[in-house]
Amino acid sequence: MTCREFLDYIGAYLSGELSEAECRELRVHLDVCSQCVDYLDSYQQTIRLSKIACCADSDPVPGDVPEDLVKAVLAAMKQRPIERA
Amino acid sequence: MIAHPTSSSGPAAEAHDDAELLGELRAGAPAAYVALMRKHGGRMLAVALRYLSHENEAQEAVQDAFVSVFRAVGDFKGDSRLATWLHRITVNAALGILRKKKRLERETSIDALLPKFLPDGHRDSPEGAWAQERVQELEKGETRRMVREAIGKLPEIHRTVLMMRDIDEFSTEETGRLLGIQPNAVKARLHRARQALRTLLEPHCRGVCP
Ligand SMILES: [Zn+2]
Repeated sequence: MTCREFLDYIGAYLSGELSEAECRELRVHLDVCSQCVDYLDSYQQTIRLSKIACCADSDPVPGDVPEDLVKAVLAAMKQRPIERA
Repeated sequence: MIAHPTSSSGPAAEAHDDAELLGELRAGAPAAYVALMRKHGGRMLAVALRYLSHENEAQEAVQDAFVSVFRAVGDFKGDSRLATWLHRITVNAALGILRKKKRLERETSIDALLPKFLPDGHRDSPEGAWAQERVQELEKGETRRMVREAIGKLPEIHRTVLMMRDIDEFSTEETGRLLGIQPNAVKARLHRARQALRTLLEPHCRGVCP
């Protein structure tokens, strides 16, 4: 397995889509290639960082919803109210 | 009584407020519409802004989302949290605007951000391991903005797939269905998006020479 092939399979590897035999091949490559060990680690860190950056609970509370938006939605609802049986 | 935004504290209180609010929404009470928009609108705007990058488009998306919500409130089963349901409808409304403006069809090449290889399959100039303390820095308040900005630099379709899969936790199948692409195309784009984002974060995360 080359590094190029290893990198192609990382996504499928992490989502558990590879066969046991394929996983073994990837692990053998990891045993001999520190560059791919580094790459795999940074790939996983990237996924984690994107989650933290956008969803962390510690985010400041978002600003208020603009009054214009509230009015526009109310107008749209008035124009075509929900039909009830 | 309309649940007031500040009356919530903790998930139990929130569930109670939401149940009360839902009952009033189903009855079509305009005051309940306003209460829901004031309570959840800010967060929904932040979500829409991630997908659309323009404040006015994000507002358009949230406006569409609320109209869908109020029309479909009778269908809401209550098997997920109200906030989760609103979140998904917001993403959907944002995708609607991306589709309308044909932004997802733009073929911007991501190749420059993907790893390069030598003819023998080894990586061309690998950068080395990321330093733990540099990564930790990006987890903190102010510097998390850098990660968001890096996500914002990805081509539209790749950014959208990455956010739907890795951040908003839509399944591969659902992402494909909503974007009108095959599940394999979702996987391929997600992989490329993560690799490109990794490239953009790399200069910050690598241990720098003293
Ligand atoms: Zn390798």
